[in-house]
Amino acid sequence: MKTTRYEVLPGPEHFLPPAAASMGIRLPDPGQAHIHGRIVPEEEAMEAAARQFLSAKVPTIFPGPLVLWAWNEKAAQKAKAVRELYETIKECVTPAQRPMLIPMPDYRPKYPKINPEIEINPNHPNLTIWHNKIDTCMFVGVHCHQANLSLKIIRGGTNCYTIAMCAQAGHEDAMLSFRDATAEKILRLAEWVKKLKGSVKPPEE
Amino acid sequence: MATSSVIGKKNKMGQTYTDPWYMMHEAPRTPSFFTGSEVIKEAIRRASCDVMIAYPITPQSEAAALIGELFVEGYVGDYFRGESEFAVMSECAGAAFGGARVFTTTAGPGTMRAMENFPMWAGARLPIQMIVTCRGINSPLSIQPDTLEISYLLNTGMLVWHAETAQDFFDWILIGYLVAEEPDVHLPLALCCDGFFVTHTKDVVQLTPADMCLPPYDPYRSPVPCMDMECPPVRMMRDPFVMKSNYISYATHASWQQEVWAAVERSRKHTIRWLDGLIEVDNGDADILIVSSGTAVSQGREAKALLEEEGIDVGIVKIKTLRPWPGEEIREATKHAKHIIVPEFNIIGWLAREIRATIPNSDRVFAGPHVGGGMTMPPEIIAADIKALLGIKTAALAGRGS
Repeated sequence: MKTTRYEVLPGPEHFLPPAAASMGIRLPDPGQAHIHGRIVPEEEAMEAAARQFLSAKVPTIFPGPLVLWAWNEKAAQKAKAVRELYETIKECVTPAQRPMLIPMPDYRPKYPKINPEIEINPNHPNLTIWHNKIDTCMFVGVHCHQANLSLKIIRGGTNCYTIAMCAQAGHEDAMLSFRDATAEKILRLAEWVKKLKGSVKPPEE
Repeated sequence: MATSSVIGKKNKMGQTYTDPWYMMHEAPRTPSFFTGSEVIKEAIRRASCDVMIAYPITPQSEAAALIGELFVEGYVGDYFRGESEFAVMSECAGAAFGGARVFTTTAGPGTMRAMENFPMWAGARLPIQMIVTCRGINSPLSIQPDTLEISYLLNTGMLVWHAETAQDFFDWILIGYLVAEEPDVHLPLALCCDGFFVTHTKDVVQLTPADMCLPPYDPYRSPVPCMDMECPPVRMMRDPFVMKSNYISYATHASWQQEVWAAVERSRKHTIRWLDGLIEVDNGDADILIVSSGTAVSQGREAKALLEEEGIDVGIVKIKTLRPWPGEEIREATKHAKHIIVPEFNIIGWLAREIRATIPNSDRVFAGPHVGGGMTMPPEIIAADIKALLGIKTAALAGRGS
């Protein structure tokens, strides 16, 4: 039987897509990242992530509780870096593009449904993606289990390009993932966005 | 595992928090003549364990009692007996939800009684370590070795390792925490052994220095929030997910399960590094391979020696981890084998089923010999089955006929 290597790509993929780890996708080692499941040097992923932000109609950052709450000094620094990345994206895109910063403040299931204009929930992230027509997003400060849950559900039901800025080992279920995130690493991504400003074709209206 | 900032500092017992790789691979070892139960105690002495909870059941009771001594000495943070195995495993969950490094031991009917908790532990991403000293589970009662209970653990979402020797036990208890607590894994570990054969026999075990211990568990690296009563997984039985009948709830639950199994997959990388592979192969070029786990591997080694005296070349494949399942490794190790013999200490043959489902040309697998209920497995019966496969006549081993 001929098999092809699994790639972590924008969906909608399946009624119930597989977890990428179960399809043989492995996490990067320190100093590395992955793009679509392929292990790459971190700097290559920085450039690719910056290009995604600059070419998206609605580039969005989803900060989670690990950076939304100042539970330690590092978290506070990361929160400032996330804000700076968001401001940088806003400065670097065209007026037709609509960057967003939508928090995932906690993981409480909220029924009958959340307000998708102001928050995202890991149990039904597609509501926020669909409502705001988000085509590229980055998770940062979300606990790993909840991030993987959301990223896989997004892959299943939307065509959104997902990026993970993970403080631990990274996420196979994102299309592009960094690991060992720090405030400095987030700011380095902002630098890449600035560096590529004007050199990336904006989305067609 | 806590940040490297604690390395070199001392705990209240005067032990030094030591870099785990140095402690397990480079630190001097002292040979000691111990039972498996005593080895469990010595491993936990070095494991910076916060909480140990157990309920008496043979053959794990001695280990649980010995860890009580460690508690009195001050090596274990808290220690108590639950009301039953079900209560013990629930209490272990509570302690782990609260951010503690947790250890427990159980066996046979105790494992079965507590079963509801194990998928819950895995779903809640609790890196509890549970020693399972396998024994009979069915009526009529048997306290003797039988590995049937392992088969019930295989689909819980827990990591399941099967130790062959007391040395495995010592090393794997410590390594078990290192793998299970990785943030991309963060799953419970069932570290199994064959009761009595390992727990109640003495063996020479190379121990790491008693004044070195693992760094403490760092719950802030957990992939789920620690003790957040408003969010799953702690918030289990209110509206998420069981009380809602809609597609989103079902899809979330299904994705949650997938993430647990993804974590089992992620454990491969760490386990291979720490255990030096998921399997161990001896004389893998032989046409006849004995593939097994636990003490059946030891008996296989004896059978191999017997057969070699008769000029029959046999290899051994020791399976160390059942979850993660070393499918690729087994396919590679057995690709040239003509006969694959799978001896097991249970009459069901669950390991042979797993191997058959893994390899091409599965009719090469001979499921057996099987013993159960506490029977020993003389190497002669493994050798006899191999000779029978080769068409060599042997005398009946347990009969008196001519």
